[in-house]
Amino acid sequence: AARLSGGENRLVSLPLSRIRVIMKSSPEVSSINQDALFLTAKATELFVQYLATYSYKHGRGKEKNALTYSDLSHTAEECETFQFLADILPKKILASKYLKMLEKEKRDGEVGEDDEEDEEEEDEDE
Amino acid sequence: LPDGVNISKEARSAISRAASVFVLYATSCANNFAMKGKRKTLNASDVLSAMEEMEFQRFVAPLKESLEVFRREQKGKKEARKDKDKKADSEEQDKSREEENEDDDERMEEEEQNEEEEVDN
Repeated sequence: AARLSGGENRLVSLPLSRIRVIMKSSPEVSSINQDALFLTAKATELFVQYLATYSYKHGRGKEKNALTYSDLSHTAEECETFQFLADILPKKILASKYLKMLEKEKRDGEVGEDDEEDEEEEDEDE
Repeated sequence: LPDGVNISKEARSAISRAASVFVLYATSCANNFAMKGKRKTLNASDVLSAMEEMEFQRFVAPLKESLEVFRREQKGKKEARKDKDKKADSEEQDKSREEENEDDDERMEEEEQNEEEEVDN
């Protein structure tokens, strides 16, 4: 949906038909006035520009003259205005780190289980 | 973005997804305003109110400007079509056939507009 067609001096660069499809996928919406469709498309265009420039300005990608996924993800996490994007732009971690995290959680869990086992034994004795 | 900045594939697809989520969020928000006004059709003011609600007030002024231009364009197209229909017999067939395809799409949208158009402001 965010494919921009440059060149011509069109009023909005995102395809209205596609925007309409997305809007209609919302269950409570019955019909959409032409003006509303246009404004939504235009607003989305402004949004994309804002998200990109904000992320670039505040991100690390700038060091390499690039806009990276991580820049966008940081923005979603740190900037309140963009927080609604946090779920779809999750932070990424290395698989190795994730596995280590899992192992640690398991170890913590096991310590708890041992305590429970002790209690059970005591009950049985009684 | 400044010239020459690279945008990774991942970033592009992320922006694309973000745009879709934005449309959904904006639509749902605008719909709340429409329902408050007991209307079933989303209109321009609903979308503008949604922008404020979502904390994108910065968009409101440029959106209003663009809307003016859009409405003028739509009006112009309507007039042009009326004139063209009158001249249809005398004009070159090839040229009007090309425009007709475009017009059919616009006419469909226009018909929708006529049904859905509310009195704004």
